Amino acid sequence: MDQWINIPEPTEALPEAGTERGLLEWISSVDHKQIGIMYLLMTLLFFVFGGILALFMRTQLAVANNHLLSPEIYNQFFTMHGTTMIFFVAMPAFFGFAVYAIPLMIGANEMAYPRMNAFSFWITFFGGILLYFSFFTDGAPDAGWFNYAPLNESPYSTNGINYYCLGLLLAGMGSISTSINIIVTVLTRRIKGMGMKQMPLFVWMMLITSFLVLAALPSLNAALSMLLLDRILHAHFFTTSSGGSALLWQHLFWLFGHPEVYIVILPAFGIYSEVFPVFSRKPMFGYGFLVASGIAIALLAFGVWAHHMFTSGMGNVVNAFFSASSLLIGVPTGVKIFNWLGTMYGGSLRFTVPMLFAVAFLLEFTIGGLTGISFAIVPIDWQLTDTYYVVAHLHYVLIGGSVFGIFSGLFYWFPKITGRMLDERLSKAFFWLFVIGFNMTFLIQHALGMIGMPRRVYTYPDLPHYTLFNFISTIGTYIMGFASLLLVINIFKTLRNGKPAGPDPWDAYTLEWYASSPPQLKNFEKVPPITSERPLFDLKQREAKE
Amino acid sequence: MMDPHSEQAASIARLTNYFFIAAAFIFLLVTTLTIVFIIKYRAKPGDKMPKPIYNNRRLEFFIVGVPLAMVSFFFYLTIKTMREVLPSAEGKDPDVVIIGHQWWWEAFYPAAGVHTANEIHLPVGKKLLIRLLSADVIHDWWVPQLGNKMDVVPGRQNHLWLTIRNPGYYEGVCSEFCGRQHANMHIRVYAQEEADFQTWLAQNGEKAKQPDKEPAQQGALIFQEKTCGSCHRIEGTAAAGTTGPDLSHLASRHTLLTGVLDNTPENLNRFLKDPQKVKPGVNMPNFWLDDSTRAALVAYLKQLK
Repeated sequence: MDQWINIPEPTEALPEAGTERGLLEWISSVDHKQIGIMYLLMTLLFFVFGGILALFMRTQLAVANNHLLSPEIYNQFFTMHGTTMIFFVAMPAFFGFAVYAIPLMIGANEMAYPRMNAFSFWITFFGGILLYFSFFTDGAPDAGWFNYAPLNESPYSTNGINYYCLGLLLAGMGSISTSINIIVTVLTRRIKGMGMKQMPLFVWMMLITSFLVLAALPSLNAALSMLLLDRILHAHFFTTSSGGSALLWQHLFWLFGHPEVYIVILPAFGIYSEVFPVFSRKPMFGYGFLVASGIAIALLAFGVWAHHMFTSGMGNVVNAFFSASSLLIGVPTGVKIFNWLGTMYGGSLRFTVPMLFAVAFLLEFTIGGLTGISFAIVPIDWQLTDTYYVVAHLHYVLIGGSVFGIFSGLFYWFPKITGRMLDERLSKAFFWLFVIGFNMTFLIQHALGMIGMPRRVYTYPDLPHYTLFNFISTIGTYIMGFASLLLVINIFKTLRNGKPAGPDPWDAYTLEWYASSPPQLKNFEKVPPITSERPLFDLKQREAKE
Repeated sequence: MMDPHSEQAASIARLTNYFFIAAAFIFLLVTTLTIVFIIKYRAKPGDKMPKPIYNNRRLEFFIVGVPLAMVSFFFYLTIKTMREVLPSAEGKDPDVVIIGHQWWWEAFYPAAGVHTANEIHLPVGKKLLIRLLSADVIHDWWVPQLGNKMDVVPGRQNHLWLTIRNPGYYEGVCSEFCGRQHANMHIRVYAQEEADFQTWLAQNGEKAKQPDKEPAQQGALIFQEKTCGSCHRIEGTAAAGTTGPDLSHLASRHTLLTGVLDNTPENLNRFLKDPQKVKPGVNMPNFWLDDSTRAALVAYLKQLK
């Protein structure tokens, strides 16, 4: 039973710039840990950009008939905010965690394709830079993050749309190559004895997500290429005035766009499924069920896209089909809540910051999930789509679900990544301020939508309740902004003089906590035998007995 | 949307209420469990390792089964309500045709041959078929108290049914992002008793008033000379443009520019002086008209009752 597994040296030397050469070492690195860290730093950079745009938007909307931002600028800002947060914050954050943690969690010393790993990061990063370069042209993209035709065509929009197409195509290459890398790494580099049923749930969810990326991105890439042909070579895919189709764009975009929602939520589910067991001191309740429902979500994800189009006049038969599939996908998504609750049940709960974000997620995501169901019910969608109710819903899912997952993962793995513990008081202040600010910003927006305020408006008339509700929402955003500042301060303070963490500060279950903190260039010399999905827990149990 | 004034809005509001009751039940269940678990299972010094629970088939069957039954019930209600609110319009002639433009609404009443813009008059108590078309990009018709929204898609003919219950003024707004002035693309619906509606329709079916004194007569000449008629229509004159709103009975409307300003001569003058300042991004060019020219134009337009 007690068969320790030695990890061999890589058979092939990888290029590296030597040991201590500062920036050059990072730029030339193919080490999965350094690339993971660079992904996370890039995420932080774009999170700051996207957040500043949001602060401007909410300031503009603080009072009725405000003239701080012109409509041209406001439209560019909200387009860039959405595009940034989806493509350059949510996606790369999870890829960052994945390329950092997956090899460590499966007892490997590297990703399957280290050079491609570096390529994926840099192409994604430069895609984002190219997108932001559009601010120096006649304007950033201004047709919304889903960029509907024919508003995205040259007569109606800025040249920023060309940068949108090219930037997202580059980032898309990065996403696809990382996904291939993750799939091959997970399938071929697992340590001996770790079958599929012993894989940590974060690894499972990233595996499923990677297949989703491979299947969903081609539709977006096709749409972006067609749009570029329209704009540069005067093709007519989406130009309605010369026979193109406005709805074709919507179908292509949402055939990517709805799976994209699951691409940025399944990895968060994976992180919560690591955090809940560790801080409840129990195994995950319903491991098999979580994996199966993850796969079910991934398959159903490709049959729900047109619920974004219930008001486009598709007809009741088509609406009924997509209503049924969207209601159905709500079941495996929602039922997971009870798996995490079941894990807490009877446990010994430690409310560290990763656990706090995970518990907050349970409530926020339930709100976001339930309002999501209201969009599967076609007549309710007919009333509420494209209002602030949608804005509220999508932020409850994307912040309360995905971003809380990113924060939970960040606080969970930060001691591993840096070898230092984040300041407990600053971290808890950040948690409470962020959660309060978040709910203050978005809860009231449900009401704004129901009383008739449409989304994507640069200003609004002084109708009853509008000013008060918007003002409350704006104050909430400022609180979130202040909290984010605390997070950045906390990170830099800890890097300078944080308390040393040691290899296993959380008394955790999976292999990454067996490596040193931060891990050496070669992650492991040897790893303990794999006896369940909690190898480190089993090892500690055996050692306690002896 | 929770204050319905049409049959269609009432159907949707009923369904929405059922949904919120079910949603509140689930939210309360999750919240209660979470709070109880937080209090009950908080780690205490000297805690022993908790008993592991790997799964529970019976519970799993239950937590899948109950939500499945709930969504099935709502799927049934969805189909039922969809058929009530939006039956097919195959082969039927519309009562009103609404055309979305960047950034205003055109309304055409085919039976009476009447054109108007932005302020849309409709009779109560009749099941109206409204045809929705677009002249440029996608817009969306939404008057929350009157029910479902519907996109206005270039190259497609969409429709909605509307049975308004009470006379009154209903405020709506374009709900699909359509460019710079999306925010100000308001819809104003005036629901009227049948007789009042017919009076309004007859008045708006007449040719535009010819000015009978200065400076309005001067204004009529300027209107033609400055090529205003390339974009705007005034019934009974050479002005027949369709890019901008119909002005034949402009003076009978309450507001200007889809509700941005009240319809007063001062506001009209302000807009003519610098359109971009009043409505940034609007397609109306600045003609750099001098004061007396603007005064003549305003005098002409304000007698177009």
